[in-house]
Amino acid sequence: MPELPGKGLLKGLGVTFRTMLEGAVTVQYPHEKEAPPTRARGVIALKEENCTVCMLCARECPDWCIYIEGHKEKRPPRRAGGKPRTVNALDRFDIDYALCMYCGICVEVCPFDALFWSPEYEYSEARIADMLHDKDKLGEWMATVPEPPALEAGAQKKK
Amino acid sequence: MLALELSYWQETVIKTLVVLAIIPGSAVLVGYIFLLKMMAHMQSRLGPMESGGFHGWFQLIGDGIKFIQKEDIIPSQADRRVFALAPIVVLASTFLLYVVIPAGPDLVVEDLSTGIFFALAVSSLSVIGVLMAGWASANKYSLLGALRAAGQLIAYELPLVLAVVGVIVQAGTMSLPGIVEAQKDGAIFGFDLIGNPFFLTQIVGFVLFIVAAQAELTQTPFDMPVAESELVAGYMTEYSGFRFLFFFMAEFGTAFALAAIAATLYLGGWFVPGVTGNLANVLGPLVLGAKIMLVSFLIFWMRFTFPRFREDQLQTIAWKYLIPISLVNILVTGILKVAL
Repeated sequence: MPELPGKGLLKGLGVTFRTMLEGAVTVQYPHEKEAPPTRARGVIALKEENCTVCMLCARECPDWCIYIEGHKEKRPPRRAGGKPRTVNALDRFDIDYALCMYCGICVEVCPFDALFWSPEYEYSEARIADMLHDKDKLGEWMATVPEPPALEAGAQKKK
Repeated sequence: MLALELSYWQETVIKTLVVLAIIPGSAVLVGYIFLLKMMAHMQSRLGPMESGGFHGWFQLIGDGIKFIQKEDIIPSQADRRVFALAPIVVLASTFLLYVVIPAGPDLVVEDLSTGIFFALAVSSLSVIGVLMAGWASANKYSLLGALRAAGQLIAYELPLVLAVVGVIVQAGTMSLPGIVEAQKDGAIFGFDLIGNPFFLTQIVGFVLFIVAAQAELTQTPFDMPVAESELVAGYMTEYSGFRFLFFFMAEFGTAFALAAIAATLYLGGWFVPGVTGNLANVLGPLVLGAKIMLVSFLIFWMRFTFPRFREDQLQTIAWKYLIPISLVNILVTGILKVAL
């Protein structure tokens, strides 16, 4: 049987009519808030004690929006009679969110798990200079970082 | 009849003021309900929600105020007088359409005996305004846009007129109040409770009228003159501020007026079963308004559903399909009118 002419047109009208009755999928933002998924890329948090000032994140950042400064410190040797150890101490760790494009490369390359994604997104500012988050502000975001997903059954836990 | 006795000039001033209020009012109403809200819901959005407090009702009025505040820019090479006159010509054609539309037994600006002929004649005046706008802009893209618009408007003028001829033949009159009376007093096989809305007998004509009106209004499946997403504005390229606002008001004011004419011709106009006399004068505008909203809904429903035709498809539809179908419709209507 040949197709009825205009059948597709009526079908199209049906689609728009049904969509009209279904209600909107948008969220009226300031009045109601969306719950972002757990792993959403909202803001990057810094776990300061894990950072070794290796500069990998700053060097890999495509936007060059990470500013790191540090200095070397001498620490007593682990064993008696040994050489004093040298450790890197973090002086400054800033991320300029006015430049950041949320690619997450810094989180990926960090060899010591010092950077984490947090789903928080409400940190816009009236002045662009205030978008520069220092290491204290980045440390505060750590509280909002979700727990990592559970390990697979039988996986060895890292010591 | 109304108890009030007014002199000619008083009556004329009142009628003019009413029509002057209807055009921006209807443009805002149609624009808000259909363009902003209905389209948004058809796209799973809500549309404006903030301005004015309640569901963004103030949005279009605010837009209008913004347009009025803008600088009046006329290109240096433009033909200033024609450039300034063009939107007024387009708006005047909308204004004149309202002269013959009856909103109740006594509520009509002028009951012309050639009412529908007058309406179709003044609605095609807008083509001249469009051509003036394109020509006076001193911009080749505007001119091409204007010619594209004129080609379309003239092509769809014909099926619009020919679709109406069926109604005229059946009603036996060209006066719009007369056509409403004919539907009110008519009967379907002796069953006269709802009169005889020509929507039933002239269903082919109704479909032709709506499709042609869609093209006359340059609503989306036929919106090549403006082609928002591709060509940007056509003949309106050089217009801004309140002159652009005039074109905008004319577009939606004409949508409302053509919907009113369609409601009058095919859906019985102000007539609703069981309401006569002075009550009809009170309820008539509301009934007509509801029917206009129904027809506007059809027009904008199609607008938000269908994608744009190609330019050759546009002309093919008018000349190869709509006009032959409307000629056959006139022929059949004429034969049945004589035979029955």
